[in-house]
Amino acid sequence: MTFLRKSPWIIHYDASSCNGCDLEVIACLTPMYDVERFGVLNTGNPKHSDVLLITGSVNEQNVEVVKNIYGQMPDPKVVIAVGICATSGGVFRECYNVSGGVDKVIPVDVYVPGCAARPESIIDGLLKALAILEKKKSAMNAGRKARVKS
Amino acid sequence: MNIIYGLIFLMAAPFAGGIIIGMDRKISARMQSRVGPPILQPFYDVLKLFEKENIVVERSQSFFILGYLVMMAFSAALFFSGGDLLLVIFAMTLSEVFLVLGAYSAHSPFAFIGAERELILMMAFEPMILLTAGGMYLATGSFFAESIAASSMPLILLLPGVFLGLFYVMTIKLRKSPFDLSASQHTHQELVQGIMTEFSGATLGAIEIARWFETVLMLGFVYLFFGFSPLLALGAIIVLYFLELFTDNTYTRFKWPLALKSSWLAALTLGMINILVLWVYIKGGL
Repeated sequence: MTFLRKSPWIIHYDASSCNGCDLEVIACLTPMYDVERFGVLNTGNPKHSDVLLITGSVNEQNVEVVKNIYGQMPDPKVVIAVGICATSGGVFRECYNVSGGVDKVIPVDVYVPGCAARPESIIDGLLKALAILEKKKSAMNAGRKARVKS
Repeated sequence: MNIIYGLIFLMAAPFAGGIIIGMDRKISARMQSRVGPPILQPFYDVLKLFEKENIVVERSQSFFILGYLVMMAFSAALFFSGGDLLLVIFAMTLSEVFLVLGAYSAHSPFAFIGAERELILMMAFEPMILLTAGGMYLATGSFFAESIAASSMPLILLLPGVFLGLFYVMTIKLRKSPFDLSASQHTHQELVQGIMTEFSGATLGAIEIARWFETVLMLGFVYLFFGFSPLLALGAIIVLYFLELFTDNTYTRFKWPLALKSSWLAALTLGMINILVLWVYIKGGL
């Protein structure tokens, strides 16, 4: 039994997005969709978060920031790339200053494509991410037990 | 006998506090025309936090947070087993000092400013809570929560100013707007999470549990004003908590000078004048 699924706290980072996907992420928190009914809180603090929502194709200036935020999150954690820019770089893929997708910088668990991604699909991606979060937790537990035996 | 009450309280208070905060979040959500999380959400949050990795920047910080939780539980248990109000207040202050030390020890600018603001809020809160204890002593002749709660005197009629003053500063302890400037929770995060920034996992869970104790303790102080009628006390606690929620959802965050000045002004005018009048009245009566 794990409670990770009941209270996923998110941190949202805008890695050079056009703000289209950011607004859709914020829309998930509004009365229309209200993700807090699933226990989701927008913490704004990597050390309190379970889920990292990244929008935008990561550019050269925020590669370090993305790595830093990811590194500060306590395990188990999942990363969701929201929007087509975050999943593959989108129309900016060939730009000289763009990494072309979040997965070039940190491991991504769930891709939510769309320009901009719909709130419904973001929530769907979040629920998929929670299943992965639980799997990661059980893997963590198994790893710990194995270490104790040896 | 009192120790048994204290022990029962230590078991029951986290559940009561968690459910109060769960209903708090639900009612807040309804005020913003959202559905809101389930009432048991605070328990899910804390149980989840205990499943997470605990990132510790400085080893002493976990120790300080343990001190915060233990002292907060101790002061609340002391209060509910009928102990000395002054000791309760100072034990509570000590627990807050542990929280501030924990935040300082992480060497983070966000936690640092949060801790500074927490100290200022403590300074804003202390005079009024001490006046509350003083006023209750003046009215009932005892500092012990047990005798104050048992006294048949309608304290709310003798100490209406003190009650209003306490209502004003209680917003600080419940960490609600306009006085939530040390942790800057929810969606207005000008300090990331202020004093909470550097805590994660089980340590953050311990802080949450201490907050449940704190909430129950604060509502216990409200009860003392209505000790002559427990039913009326329950009604008063519900109305007062609802008003706190209403304030939380209608006010923006104060800057620290305004928070400090207005709290002291409330203590000086509402609290002091009430106590002076009561003192003159008692002297005249004698």
